[in-house]
Amino acid sequence: MWDFIGERGDLIAFNALQHANLVLQAVLVATLVAVALAVLVNRFRVLDPIANTISAIGLTIPSFALVGLLLPLTMIGATTAFICVAFYATLPILRNAVVGFAQVDETLIESARGMGMSEASVLLRVRLPLAWPVIHAGVRTSVQMSMGIAAIAAYVLGPGLGGYIFTGLSQAGGVNAVNYALVGTVGIVIVAVIADLLMLLLGRVTISKGIRA
Amino acid sequence: MTQTESSPGSSPEGAISGAELRLENVVKRYPGQKAAAVESLSLTIPAGEIVAFVGPSGCGKTTSLKMINRLIEPTSGTIRLDGEDIRSESATSLRRKIGYVIQGGSLFPHMTVATNVAVVPKMLGWDSKRIATRVDELLDLVGLDPDRYRDRYPRELSGGQQQRVGVARGLAADPPVLLMDEPFGAVDPITRQRLQDELISIQRELRKTIVCVTHDIDEAIKLGDRILILQEGAKIAQYDTPDTILAAPANDFVADFVGAGSSLKQLSLTRVRSLDLGQPTTAHVGEDTGPVVRRAEEAGDDSVVVLDDRDRPVAWPWLRQVRHNDRVQSTPRELLVTLDQAATLNDALDTMLTSAHSKVIVTGDRDRYLGVVDFESVTEHMRRTERDAAQQMQDAGGHEAVDADG
Repeated sequence: MWDFIGERGDLIAFNALQHANLVLQAVLVATLVAVALAVLVNRFRVLDPIANTISAIGLTIPSFALVGLLLPLTMIGATTAFICVAFYATLPILRNAVVGFAQVDETLIESARGMGMSEASVLLRVRLPLAWPVIHAGVRTSVQMSMGIAAIAAYVLGPGLGGYIFTGLSQAGGVNAVNYALVGTVGIVIVAVIADLLMLLLGRVTISKGIRA
Repeated sequence: MTQTESSPGSSPEGAISGAELRLENVVKRYPGQKAAAVESLSLTIPAGEIVAFVGPSGCGKTTSLKMINRLIEPTSGTIRLDGEDIRSESATSLRRKIGYVIQGGSLFPHMTVATNVAVVPKMLGWDSKRIATRVDELLDLVGLDPDRYRDRYPRELSGGQQQRVGVARGLAADPPVLLMDEPFGAVDPITRQRLQDELISIQRELRKTIVCVTHDIDEAIKLGDRILILQEGAKIAQYDTPDTILAAPANDFVADFVGAGSSLKQLSLTRVRSLDLGQPTTAHVGEDTGPVVRRAEEAGDDSVVVLDDRDRPVAWPWLRQVRHNDRVQSTPRELLVTLDQAATLNDALDTMLTSAHSKVIVTGDRDRYLGVVDFESVTEHMRRTERDAAQQMQDAGGHEAVDADG
């Protein structure tokens, strides 16, 4: 086992970074999309049940199935993996962002308007910071979930540690089958734990002390 | 230090910094509702005065208030600020010229006290140094020590303190007009009375045009230079000074609403400053207690009022407590309940009930110490007023005066 890792150390580290990188980019895009959608939902309340349904049903689509559906459109490679991860990453953030925005006290919004804030300032200086703890929790969940989804996305030759798992599966019974599967799995867990710690840190830095739990 | 005689009304009052507000046939009708929320309201609010809007809930007082800063747009009619139609500029730039204070202060919980107060100045593009100076100045004005409270978050403040910051925020950019919607509704009675006193004291200094919505007639009587009593549909039942409204209610609605006629209402009309204040022994923080105790004993006082370096009362220990220490001690100023000189006799009696001294300390501008008022002086004043009224009745010779009194 240690020999196996020792021989491939650099490559494993590179793949771990690639894995983290894929998740980071996908979650970043997902956060922007989800918050933008949530702003729309917050403005037009009729959209609320639609957003909830989408985020509920979306999570029930097996990721393998989505990869399969995407293949004819985006072909094998990193793009497909990225779209797939970003799609799933959006869902928990969207749900939390909708709830987070809805929880903001309307009298605070009226007070902000009454003081002469423009709608953009109300959003950026009042709504978003107040909803941020809930949105941040959604992003954190999303990062964890995306670690696993990114592994599946490796099936279409996406970057990351998922490749090891598939290699292990295809060589079942072979000499290094278990090693491959273990390196892939444990590697992802380690990346996920580090990412979660970083998310915790991000929360410390970005959530105002006045509303931190 | 020499004690100068100060008669009521001679306190240095600031120049008027408010602007006149004029409502002309203002109507607000909501689609799908038969009755108008506001039916043709016309009204002039003079510059530099506090006008209290009172009335039963649903009478349209808050709607009327919110039309002034365009949170609600009138269906028809014109509102003029300093002669200028408020629709002549954008709603946001209008609102930056009109302070807005609502119940509980409505502070942004994710911002510190200083950032909350700085919201409007920042939007107006003040530089950071000017903003910092202004924030400290305002916190001081509303009775909060800037060094202690500047960097706190709203959740670290009591309800009364939050409300004070709310007032500071409303005044931040020195707006000519301040709108207050049930500003002191969310705090306990003692704190409310204190906040009202402070507002009166601040207003003495600033002379803004203040419109204050309340459902509490006693608050309206206390705060208002004029009171606007509204009936359903924001129909004006009466618009006049508190004295006139109490003495001559325009109709039964007003009479019922203010409960006029009761001589006890005098308690909420008479200000503490019209009483003769007692002058017990005072001492400054850090003074040697020896001479202080001697002074108090000579004067026959059993307690000493302790003042800080700005002559604000900070503590009121009994003589035996003073003797314990070599130097006069201070306590956090917030713990001492005091009354502004504009507080009513009603407030004074309330405060005495909870005070250990059965007296209460009276303060002037910026919490400066003026003297104390005790139970006897309040009852004495009431008796004298009654005697004077009876005397007048005799002079007038009969039943006419009885009617006028009612």
